[in-house]
Amino acid sequence: MTSTSEVSTSSTPTGPSVPRDTTGRVGRWVRRGGISTLIFFIPVLFTYGYFAWWPILRSLVLSLQKTNLVTEPKFVGLDNFTRVLADPLLGQATWNTVWFTILAMVIGFPVPVMFAVFVAELRRTRQIASVLAYIPVIIPPVVSVLLWKEFYNPEPHGIFNTIASWFGAGPFPWLQDGNSAMPSIVVQATWAGFGQTAIIYLAALMSIRAELYEAAEIDGAGIVRRAWHITLPQIRFVMLFMLLLQMIGTMQVFTEPTVMTGGGPENKTVTLLMLIYRYAFIQGDYGKATALSLILAVVLSIVSAIYLAATRKWSN
Amino acid sequence: MATTIETPSGTGNARRLRDAENFDRSNVSELERSRTSTRIGLGIMTVLVIGLLAVISGGPLLWLAKSAVSTTEDIVQRPFELWPSGIQWSNLADAWNQIRIGQYLANTLWIAIGNWFFGLLVALTGGYGLAILKPRYAKIVNAGVLATLFIPGVVSLISLYLTVLDMPIIHLNLINTFWAVWLPAGASAFNLLLVSRFFANLPGDVIEAARIDGAGNFRIFASIVLPMSKPIIGVISLLTVVGAWKEFLWPLLVLPKAELQPLSVGLYKVAETAPQSLLLAGMFISVIIPVALFLIFQRYFLRSAGQAGATKG
Repeated sequence: MTSTSEVSTSSTPTGPSVPRDTTGRVGRWVRRGGISTLIFFIPVLFTYGYFAWWPILRSLVLSLQKTNLVTEPKFVGLDNFTRVLADPLLGQATWNTVWFTILAMVIGFPVPVMFAVFVAELRRTRQIASVLAYIPVIIPPVVSVLLWKEFYNPEPHGIFNTIASWFGAGPFPWLQDGNSAMPSIVVQATWAGFGQTAIIYLAALMSIRAELYEAAEIDGAGIVRRAWHITLPQIRFVMLFMLLLQMIGTMQVFTEPTVMTGGGPENKTVTLLMLIYRYAFIQGDYGKATALSLILAVVLSIVSAIYLAATRKWSN
Repeated sequence: MATTIETPSGTGNARRLRDAENFDRSNVSELERSRTSTRIGLGIMTVLVIGLLAVISGGPLLWLAKSAVSTTEDIVQRPFELWPSGIQWSNLADAWNQIRIGQYLANTLWIAIGNWFFGLLVALTGGYGLAILKPRYAKIVNAGVLATLFIPGVVSLISLYLTVLDMPIIHLNLINTFWAVWLPAGASAFNLLLVSRFFANLPGDVIEAARIDGAGNFRIFASIVLPMSKPIIGVISLLTVVGAWKEFLWPLLVLPKAELQPLSVGLYKVAETAPQSLLLAGMFISVIIPVALFLIFQRYFLRSAGQAGATKG
């Protein structure tokens, strides 16, 4: 059937059969609910078109342009990329971001796993433990960071310094010292985020089949050995995926260092996303900012692909 | 008769047997739970974990509540003492008026309501289209939606801002309007995925039967699909409202006008200049609403948090 050609030639009056054919096809589409189906797709197409697909495509163009919103955008080739790579702050910001990610993994990965493995054994107190763990997640990040900034008061009578003094330590300049500023931010971020991860692990733990534990118990495996050989392997897929999500999230960290330190002291807490923000909204250099965001996204995608390939064997 | 399982040593065992029926088996078995050593070990761990959590999670909140009605002097100089200079209730009213917490709170509510509405609208209509109506182009749309899930958000941050500044074709500038927050929030691939998975598992024969009886797409959506999707509507509502409450970078970019900013941006802006006592009072006000909602709907919150993770995995 060459119905498509019939429709396309419908403008040439070749006979009475053509309009009938057209209405037949379109009419059938309409009768089968084609229009109402399309109406249901309008919200998706509108929001994704404007706020997801178009911006992604536009980023590719924007990274090759010089734009400051005042003059006409001009194509400058890879100039934006070379200017980003020549920025003396890029190395520092990259290291800071990687350092944040490493610290967040080291502190933030084992805590929720251990928490969930233990809380799964609780019965009547499980709900209380879950609620307590989830409270920091509910607190808006800016409030939580401002609250911790208060705790990190460098004066001897600050909250953490008072606690440190009970053990004969301190006072510490938590956020004012280049070495302790980033770990201090990570501790706050872990506090704010571990409940969410823990609840996800807990849900995964609760769906482990009881037969596995029973079989291992009959074989004489104790509680700790069962936790190591059954509990953890059974949630390894969730663990691997959460680790990747955490990594992708922490590599794009912005709120915590911005509100806590603003990037200081001596740029020791400037992250890549803060650099992108500065390029665009302080220097007004949108092309340069987009170039850096593309570099970051490509690196993240490559790292994720390698990670998924490397752990494929282990997760199946 | 269930009562034949007589428990020799009193109520402790009876309670454990009841628990064994009510809770699924986890790592530690019933037999092990009946041993004194395991029971003591579990008991100590329980007290330790709950106690530690109470201090870590509850402590900062209680301190915030205390400091919200303290003088700046007390907050800074004697943070561990309970109101050495008396309770200062006026903080709350002053924060509400002087650092405009009332206004920020109203803006946050507006943003949350709008994000909720558009989030639901896009997720429900889109999920219906992708999972139930399934026209030929659904595959392309689905691929496009999935692609945005895997592309890191940072890619489009700048170009999204420029899009909102001057929308292609219709040339509207959404900066300093709530639309700049509401509409992009609708493009959440994660919500759409949750809903279309849920819809794909709805009983297909009910929908088919309605279609044979002559019900159109709208009719099926309104009187069959929506009434069956209360659980997923609840989950999406929680995720979008909590998400809106937490948003910081995007409203910071698109709402430069102070009268429109939500709590997260407003508190950040006033943090440097406002008196400590008022800032903490404002922080307290901005926290009690989500925390109260969470404590009321805790089971629901925790279930959807776990569910959201299960879908991610």
